[in-house]
Amino acid sequence: MRRAGLALVALIALVALAAPWLAPNPPDRTFSESLYAPPTRVHLFGGGVRGPFVYQQRLLSRLERRFEDDVSRPVVLRWFTGGRFVSVPDGEGPLLLLGADARGRDIFSRLVHGARPSLALALAATLAALVLGALVGGVAGYAGGLVDDLLSRLTEFVLVLPTMYVALSLRAALPLVLSAGAVFGLLAAIFTLLGWPVVARGVRAIIASERERDYVAAGHALGAGPWRMLVRHLLPSTTGYLAVQATLLLPAFILAEATLSYVGLGFPDTVPTWGTMLQEAANVSLLGQAPWMLAPAAAIFLAVLGVNLSVQGRGRAPVQLEP
Amino acid sequence: MTAFVARRLLFAVALVFVVSSVALLLTRLAPGDVTAELGPFAAPEEIARARARLDLDRSPLEQWALWLVRAGRFDFGDSFLYGRPVRGLVADAAGNTAILAVVALAVATALGIPLGIVSGSRRGAAAAIIRSVSLVCLSLPPLLTSLLLVFVAATTRWLPAGGMTSVETLDGGWGTWLADVAIHLPLPALALALPIAATFERLQAQSIAEALQQPCVTAATARGVAPREIIVRHAWRVSLRPICGVYGIAIGALLSGSFVVEFVTAWPGLGRLMYEALRARDIYLVAGCAAMGGLVLAAGMMIGDLLLAIADPRVREQESL
Repeated sequence: MRRAGLALVALIALVALAAPWLAPNPPDRTFSESLYAPPTRVHLFGGGVRGPFVYQQRLLSRLERRFEDDVSRPVVLRWFTGGRFVSVPDGEGPLLLLGADARGRDIFSRLVHGARPSLALALAATLAALVLGALVGGVAGYAGGLVDDLLSRLTEFVLVLPTMYVALSLRAALPLVLSAGAVFGLLAAIFTLLGWPVVARGVRAIIASERERDYVAAGHALGAGPWRMLVRHLLPSTTGYLAVQATLLLPAFILAEATLSYVGLGFPDTVPTWGTMLQEAANVSLLGQAPWMLAPAAAIFLAVLGVNLSVQGRGRAPVQLEP
Repeated sequence: MTAFVARRLLFAVALVFVVSSVALLLTRLAPGDVTAELGPFAAPEEIARARARLDLDRSPLEQWALWLVRAGRFDFGDSFLYGRPVRGLVADAAGNTAILAVVALAVATALGIPLGIVSGSRRGAAAAIIRSVSLVCLSLPPLLTSLLLVFVAATTRWLPAGGMTSVETLDGGWGTWLADVAIHLPLPALALALPIAATFERLQAQSIAEALQQPCVTAATARGVAPREIIVRHAWRVSLRPICGVYGIAIGALLSGSFVVEFVTAWPGLGRLMYEALRARDIYLVAGCAAMGGLVLAAGMMIGDLLLAIADPRVREQESL
């Protein structure tokens, strides 16, 4: 189980890294003849050609969105050409492995490209939240007394706030239309602000008990300053806890991005991310006719499942309450 | 007991005060204001009149003080978007969210706890299946479950895919309204309940497995108490503590989750109202929603603590209830 989870996580990371090479089409290229086109079926045998091939889709009725395979002319897939893993020659496509969206863009290509901002944001916010949480928790646990009291109260206060509403309010309080880069920084900051308290609470508890150990007294006797003591000797004892927290924060942040983008407060819709793609799938009446629009939901599920499986039975509470 | 309640009430008041004040000031300091809703061709006098009505022509601090004084008299201002007092709007929306959240919590409890007892106390195929299903559900947050259920509802037409009532039953009486809500409720409630049910199942399974290792269980077995009796009467009672603890957190999850579910399934609850208010910068509506959210949160935490005290006499001693 755990191996399967790790493999899944590694696979998703690889897909995100190799996105430009894996995607058969540029993510924003629109195929005006393929609005809501169903996935192109890949045939392995028959057609009188060698190797996997596809049939070009012909648009029968734009209004009813009916398509037909042109079986008279099989198009053989090209491998490793033009800097792409798999593609079809220009003018004989498009190759739409997961169908097309409302503007005729390739959903598969957008999905693999969309993994990059979604995962990068979650990763950046997780790292930042871990660092901030370890620092605050470390100082609170090491200093004790009034500092500890103040920091602990602050931690508990942020902890009880319903994260989704706070993220929503903070994001909505800032200009609604921003560039993709600005949105990335902003969301990372908001997620960090919401994610650190859980980390801080645990780190504080560990450091507070670790502080009483003999090696700390020995360090002090040898003249180690408080910062050196904390950063070099005490914080390393929390690495196991931090790793567990990372596996909790990462899926939560992937989801938070998806949710905010879904409601139109995340990335601008020109940037393909899993959230902005889900937003395009929100039209209920179309979902029945174009279920492939739900592909980003499957991607999010697989990513979260991969992380959940890979930490099975590692002393991680199965609580995944905050989205 | 009174000291505990008093402390909690004080905390609730502080939470509502801080949350709503921050929401008000944040919305006020955000770029743009609600008069943009009048459209680009609104006359300057009209905009000025609207701004004066919402106290937007005063300084932020002045507006905050005015709002606080009026809020003390339970007057939370008017919503510009709806042209109605905020109090009624928020109360209606909170009621709708409460229906959704209470049903979802009940469903999650009814599913998660018994299944957790089974999978935690037994071995074999049934336990393995329950465990795998809940692992899948844990990876399906409300955003995905609601989208999935809406998709299923839209293709099979078993249930209405969104909303809380239909237009046709608008003039019906109480009975028709209730029946209509009952048809619309299962989808969002299930979407909200599934991930929480999975969490309950995992926690219950873990804690009952731990409880079965306790010496008191061994002693009961030695005295010849039947296995079913041990699980239901003794081990379950011991295992309840973490479950009750998680109810307090579950309130936050319900609030956050219900926002997403309300958004996807068009349920007219607090989350949707707050979202609309935030987007339009409808300042008093934002503050009203935030105050209500803080109140619900404080109440939820208090209920969680009380449950914990009922289940575990040791906590009762500590908290001096």
